[in-house]
Parts: sequence; structure tokens; C-alpha cells
Amino acid sequence: MNPAGPLLAARGLHKTYGHTKALDGAEFSIRPGEVVAVMGPSGSGKSTLLHCLAGIVTPDAGSIDYQGRELSAMNDAERSALRRGEFGFIFQFGQLVPELTCVENVALPLRLNGARRRDAERTALEWMERVEVDDLASKRPGEVSGGQGQRVAVARSLVTGPRVLFADEPTGALDSLNGERVMQLLTDAARSTDAAVVLVTHEARVAAYSDREIVVRDGRCRDMEHAL
Amino acid sequence: MSIGHTLLGLLESGPRHGYDLKRAFDEKFGHDRPLHYGQVYSTMSRLLKNGLVEVDGIEAGGGPERKRYAITEAGVTDVARWLATPEKPEPYLQSTLFTKVVLALLTGRSAAELLDTQRSEHLRMMRVLTERKRHGDLADQLICDHALFHLEADLRWLELAAARLDTLAREVTA
Ligand SMILES: Nc1ncnc2c1ncn2[C@@H]1O[C@H](COP(=O)(O)OP(=O)(O)O)[C@@H](O)[C@H]1O
Ligand SMILES: [Mg+2]
Repeated sequence: MNPAGPLLAARGLHKTYGHTKALDGAEFSIRPGEVVAVMGPSGSGKSTLLHCLAGIVTPDAGSIDYQGRELSAMNDAERSALRRGEFGFIFQFGQLVPELTCVENVALPLRLNGARRRDAERTALEWMERVEVDDLASKRPGEVSGGQGQRVAVARSLVTGPRVLFADEPTGALDSLNGERVMQLLTDAARSTDAAVVLVTHEARVAAYSDREIVVRDGRCRDMEHAL
Repeated sequence: MSIGHTLLGLLESGPRHGYDLKRAFDEKFGHDRPLHYGQVYSTMSRLLKNGLVEVDGIEAGGGPERKRYAITEAGVTDVARWLATPEKPEPYLQSTLFTKVVLALLTGRSAAELLDTQRSEHLRMMRVLTERKRHGDLADQLICDHALFHLEADLRWLELAAARLDTLAREVTA
């Protein structure tokens, strides 16, 4: 792979739900270590784009290239291995397993990849320290605040050392101060591991943590880097 | 706000007399600040001198308000350039941004594009402030936050305007 070229690139993505064209020829590309904000009005197709890029949703048409491999040419097992090994995820809420403690939640992706419990939890704790929630290790998600829960989710998303972090409105349910803290920790942590971040947000103050932005409108993308 | 560009933009849909230009301006943009005739004449003679408009006819009776002006090709280019150039992010942009959005719609240009371009320019400054905040002390952080919230407010207005473009398009072309 050309190191200066894109890590993940999509062309001509189409996705229709019933009569709704969620994606209508969307394009996207991100380089290693880059933070790209995906902006646009509600219902414009931002989440659908993120789900397609991450191999969660299969587009009706179009190509998605990850490090020279075409996502649609992979079988389910290969795509799921990619999601577990190379990708990390943060959503607005609801991603932590309520029955597990915070450290077990953070360790979960490593456990699913076959790591031993003690090793997994040691690595998990290191990540929790980096985002300053190691003191919550033995608490359950229901016992921590929204901001703390999102920081636990940041730790969990990065614990496997992903190359791409997909964040869909990661601060959407937080107040300003907690949102800022989460964005600072998330982007610092991602930059320290050179992970690329696809950051879906409609908030400009959140997008200001990105290197550049694209705008999604009616299922199509406008790359603002090359707009002027 | 640039009166020259605004009058030029109004001329794009067809030639108008001086009095007609003033009326159109006041109706669409002059809510609390109607133009003086003097402003119209001085602006139009500057535009004439710069080749951005030409005199298309003169009604009987003389008087500068009786002159009919038409936009030139150079004038159209000038309006396009003005609309495509984002405003430097700073306080009290509302009237300029409003004028640009309305003129874009009146002249059949994409207002959504204008809004995206302006957002991009705002974000450029917001990234600098966010970076400064990361490394600054508490006072720096508070000052940067103040600026960031104001820039965000501009953008939220722009976004709302974008969402209302359809309605606006129907109103301004009615
Ligand atoms: N699973 C789905 N089933 C039906 N319609 C969907 C589904 N996912 C998204 N849509 C529709 O597709 C459009 C784009 O949705 P989405 O990608 O979630 O937008 P955004 O994240 O920008 O708000 C919307 O009209 C939405 O209602
Ligand atoms: Mg969404």
C-alpha cells in the first residue's frame, strides 16, 4: 500500500431503504492518522455512510477499499475479523454491556479476539488510565455518569489498537464540558496510536477537533478540502 | 455589507431603473435601514466607471433615477466571486450572510454551497482556537471558549437557514 494514499476509500455508494435513498453516490476517503468530521443535517445519510465504511451495512452499489482490499469481496467471517481487529467503534450511547463491570467491558474486544482474561484486563486498565477512568474499573455502566461512560467507551474502542475509529455522535448525549473532555481524550488517544477517526457530528465545536470535514447532503458527500 | 454587490446581484435578473433598484433593495434588505437616493447614485456611478453595469436606456424627464441600468458580463463575474468567497469569521456578520443567501437564491445559485463554504471558513478558525485551548491555561481556555461559542452560533444560524432554503426560495422569488 502507498503510505501517503488513503487507508479507507469509498466510491459511488448507494443504499436504499424502501423508498428512501439513504446514500446516493457517496464518496469518502481517509488517510492513516487523519481525523475527518462527517457533517450534515439529520437524515442526510451520515450514519449509513459510517455503517457502510465499517462493513456493518452492505451498500446496494459502490466500492469500499480498505488497505487495497475490497470489502464486498470479503466473506462475513473476514469482514467480522476486520471489524474486531482493525476497527474501533463509539456510538452516542448504549454500547456498554450493563451486566459487565467497566474493566470487563473495556477488555471485551480483546477477549473476543482470544486474549486471556488477565492479559486483557491489564491492557484494559492501561487504556482506562489514559482516559482517566481507571478508578471506575469495578463499577457497572449503570453506576457511572454519562461522561464517564463515554470515556469507558473510548477506552474500549481503542483497546485492540484499531487503525480506524468510527465515532457516531460520540458527544451527542453529553453536556458541553463532558463533551469537550471526551473529544480531547478521544483525539489525543487516537493521535498517539496514529489511528484514523471517522467522526460523525452535527456540532461545529466537536468538528473543530478534526483535521478536515466533509458534508453529507441527500446521500451525497461534499469534500470541503477540495471545494475552494 | 457591500451595497455595490447587492445592487449588482439585484440587476442580474434583468435591467432596472434607479428608483426600482432602491425599492427592491429596501424591500429585501433594507428592513431598518432604507437606502438614500444619494447612495444609489454614487454606487451606480462607481459601478458604471468600473464597467460592471451599463446604461441601458433613459426615461423621459431626465434625473438619474430615470436611468435604466443593466449588468455587464464583468458584473456577473464580480457577483459570482463575491458569493463564492466566504466572509472572514467575525461578529455581526448576519446582515452580510443574509444578503448573500437571498441573492444566491434570487440569481439561481446554490445557497447550500455558499453555506458549506462559510462553515468551512468558520471551522478553520475554530480549529485554531481549539488547538490553542488544548495547550493554554485556564484564562486562554475561557477566552477561546467564548469565541468558539459565538462562531458556533453563526453556524447554527447558517444551518437553520439551509434547512429553510426551500421556503426562502419560494418567498424571494414570489
Ligand atoms: N435501517 C433503516 N431502515 C429504514 N430507513 C433507514 C434505515 N437507516 C436509515 N434510514 C433512513 O435513511 C436516511 C438516512 O439516515 P441516516 O444515515 O441515519 O442519517 P443521519 O445519520 O445523517 O441522520 C433517513 O431518511 C433514515 O430514515
Ligand atoms: Mg445518525
